[in-house]
Amino acid sequence: MTARIGVVTFPGSLDDRDTQRAIRLAGAEPVVLWHKDKDLKQVDAVVLPGGFSYGDYLRAGAIARFSPVMGALIEQAKAGLPVLGICNGFQLLTEAHLLPGAMLGNDHLHFICRDQKLRVENAETAWTSDYTVGQEISIPLKNMDGRYVADEYTLDKLEAEGQVAFRYLVRGEAAEGYGNPNGSLRDIAGITNEAGNVVGLMPHPEHATESLIGTGRTDGLPFFTSILKKLVTA
Amino acid sequence: MSRTPLDTVEHAAATPDVELPWAELGLTKDEYERIVEILGRRPTGAELAMYSVMWSEHCSYKSSKVHLRQFGEKTPENDVLLVGIGENAGVVDVGQGYAVTFKVESHNHPSYVEPYQGAATGVGGIVRDIIAMGARPVAVVDPLRFGAADHPDTKRVLPGVVAGIGGYGNCLGLPNIGGEVVFDACYQGNPLVNAGCIGVMRHEDIHLAKASGTGNKVILYGARTGGDGIGGASILASETFDDAKPSKRPAVQVGDPFQEKLLIECTLEAFAEKLVVGIQDLGAAGLSCATSELASNGSGGMRVTLDDVPLRDSTLSPEEILMSESQERMCAVVEPEKVDRFLEICEKWDVIATVIGEVTDGDRLEIYWHGGKIVDVDPRTVAHEGPVYERPYARPEWQDALQADDAGKLPRPQTSEELKDQVLKLVASPNQASKKWITQQYDHFVQGNTVLAMPEDSGMIRIDEETGLGVAIATDGNGRYAKLDPYTGAQLALAEAYRNVATTGAKPLAVSDCLNFGSPEDPAVMWQFAEAVRGLADGCLQLGTPVTGGNVSLYNQTGETAIHPTPVVAVLGVIDDVSRRTPMAFQEEGQLLYLLGDTREEFGGSAWSQVVHDHLGGLPPKVDLERERLLAEILIAASRDGMIDSAHDLSDGGLIQAVVESALLGGKGARLVVPDGLDAFTFLLSESAGRAIVAVPRSEEVRFNDMCGARGLPVTRIGVVDGDTVEVQGAFELTLTELREAHEATIPALLA
Repeated sequence: MTARIGVVTFPGSLDDRDTQRAIRLAGAEPVVLWHKDKDLKQVDAVVLPGGFSYGDYLRAGAIARFSPVMGALIEQAKAGLPVLGICNGFQLLTEAHLLPGAMLGNDHLHFICRDQKLRVENAETAWTSDYTVGQEISIPLKNMDGRYVADEYTLDKLEAEGQVAFRYLVRGEAAEGYGNPNGSLRDIAGITNEAGNVVGLMPHPEHATESLIGTGRTDGLPFFTSILKKLVTA
Repeated sequence: MSRTPLDTVEHAAATPDVELPWAELGLTKDEYERIVEILGRRPTGAELAMYSVMWSEHCSYKSSKVHLRQFGEKTPENDVLLVGIGENAGVVDVGQGYAVTFKVESHNHPSYVEPYQGAATGVGGIVRDIIAMGARPVAVVDPLRFGAADHPDTKRVLPGVVAGIGGYGNCLGLPNIGGEVVFDACYQGNPLVNAGCIGVMRHEDIHLAKASGTGNKVILYGARTGGDGIGGASILASETFDDAKPSKRPAVQVGDPFQEKLLIECTLEAFAEKLVVGIQDLGAAGLSCATSELASNGSGGMRVTLDDVPLRDSTLSPEEILMSESQERMCAVVEPEKVDRFLEICEKWDVIATVIGEVTDGDRLEIYWHGGKIVDVDPRTVAHEGPVYERPYARPEWQDALQADDAGKLPRPQTSEELKDQVLKLVASPNQASKKWITQQYDHFVQGNTVLAMPEDSGMIRIDEETGLGVAIATDGNGRYAKLDPYTGAQLALAEAYRNVATTGAKPLAVSDCLNFGSPEDPAVMWQFAEAVRGLADGCLQLGTPVTGGNVSLYNQTGETAIHPTPVVAVLGVIDDVSRRTPMAFQEEGQLLYLLGDTREEFGGSAWSQVVHDHLGGLPPKVDLERERLLAEILIAASRDGMIDSAHDLSDGGLIQAVVESALLGGKGARLVVPDGLDAFTFLLSESAGRAIVAVPRSEEVRFNDMCGARGLPVTRIGVVDGDTVEVQGAFELTLTELREAHEATIPALLA
């Protein structure tokens, strides 16, 4: 038996097929979920993929948050269903208040696409157990609205509770892929909820799963092997 | 407001003396008289609107047609073409049952007037062309030309264009994998924004733009029709810019990439269920083009009720509806029993779809409005039998003087120190500098099949995950070379794109082009155009790569000053297994560097002559297409058999530019030795064509040399991958750090 991992396609989702591929490469079974679905087809976990759901109109993720599928998803995520939000999916998780904070436009006002260096800060979530704390990885980043913000209290709480999952590596700023790419507060690239079942990040692990494709690195694959291990051993 | 009577066909016949605004719509007196002759009466307002946009230069190719015929006449004898010139885009057989369609189009004029929307809708238009063939778009490329990098207006145009391409393309989920950015003062008032797209399908899924089968329904789907882009093809794209005329901003369309993304998914789903008989996108000339082309290509006629077109603005007149270039619309011909399912799929994707007409058994295109017939034409006269001009052309009188102004006579660096300074200046010059600031605003990764993207020699996409089958595309064009000799310049563009594809290990298969020139009404420009087309057609015949289609953009001039003739050539290649691809970056220290091909003293039109001497004169480098073919075969064989670990083509900026790029990308330096018989200056900076550098692992040295020797390709060992400097022995040494600073700081400093 393997794990069934749902990938939601919203109108304007772009990386849904790539995410399905990454799930397959990790050995799990991808399940296509449609934004108008009212149930989650009994999947074991869900990925909200990158893209521009509803054209990012109004605000990234703001409209998708009210899609029919999100009702069931919010309810089950609160009950412990593992959910990963990548890029637009992360934006959506903050809009749905499953994760704290919000995303603003990049501080340089441009879209940025590059191979981004990250440091793993929490290797105990459902999606990060195959990493080690302090591990430095390189994962493609591509977004317009990637600047993570929250009030000081929330940021302090995130830090104190170990909810910062990934940080942009600012050491060696001049070299390729280092540095805070969008002005995110405290260099936060990804966070988790307190329970560790909901994780959101701006970079795209599904684009770093094959040695030949994209950056040629597979640093993103552990996201999908982590969840698979958790689900099959559970 | 008093209501004027509807200008129906009957009304037009009864009121022959009514004056119509044909001149304002961009028609000449002769053209108007020809329309009257075809119809046997004056056209209605709606008919005039249709003819005016469809007979525009942009849509009818009336000035270029007589020359473009050569692409059909000089087609090489092979069977790679599944669909040739004339459809929305050509289709090429890439093996394993896959077909690839690709095309490059211009959106030059709108991008100058309104950079963001102009460039964005350029991407949108080319992507719809590709979907209309039945293919899933898999990648885009953007060949761009701007005015001087330090001109204040470039800072208005370039960031807008780049943001527009990114804003639209990124939102569609199409990886941007190639293209070029070139600066030259000649493009100051006429930037060139060309957009290319590749799509993939199975052979059996090819769709064509034709309306057949009496009773079949014509469905308009996608965005509502608004008042934007009216006259885009005629008054904007087919006229020279002139300060005295009013702003043309209202003729630029406004794009909505989200709507286009839905249109892509919805169309592909309809294709997959085989619901579509014929399909056409609405681009230039909007509904006028879609209805007349579908009807003209099909066996029957067509009847359309314009009242059924969903509108964004209910006050639009029928003429405006016919001329509107509102984006993100398509027109499909569907059998009656499949209409419900088609509409269901549109509904699923929240795409508005409306039956607006049907295919008739006649041969007329009839359009109704408020119950009256406002168009009754033979669609062929609108779509395909427009005027054809044999524009006069003549070699300009200044051409001889330009060619006599030999760049070989320019003062060369006298000392090693001077050579070093010039090299550093060159790699930092806007044209040679890193374009990372631009390309990192485009998504390269989406769809998860990108094998290579810029700054690699060609972009490469995997199209089959099981077998590793992939396609590569490169676009090139050097306006400076073409200005010196348009025939040779066009062949050099072809040769470079062909070489770039082969450098990454792919076999070049077919060509698309985007021909950017000044006003066809200027005999000198027309001569440049005629020569470039002849050069390209001859070259494609010789290389065995057919032209699958393309685009012509004329009137790229401001007042009397035309741009450099700029034929941009796209070459598509195929690679059986993308894991064999050759990247550009140096991979391992100790690998041997070889120069393939011959280096001559060729500096006409070179980057060196531009950057160091601000000079353009002499002759461009010689073209030897047989040599290009041999070089390509060697590069492909070496890639397939694992004999080389990196390769980079030599073009503008010469050998040193290529070495610096490969070194910076790989983070590994190189030690170079000037070969016997060459001076350091010529070795480093000549732009002789038909050359590449390769890095060969020591274990492959003998095998690689034997292969080149047996095939008769000149091969010269020029150094080794080593250290963290680029050193030219006996001349100079530059650290990677200072090279990176010089190479990467220029563009952000000018434009960020």
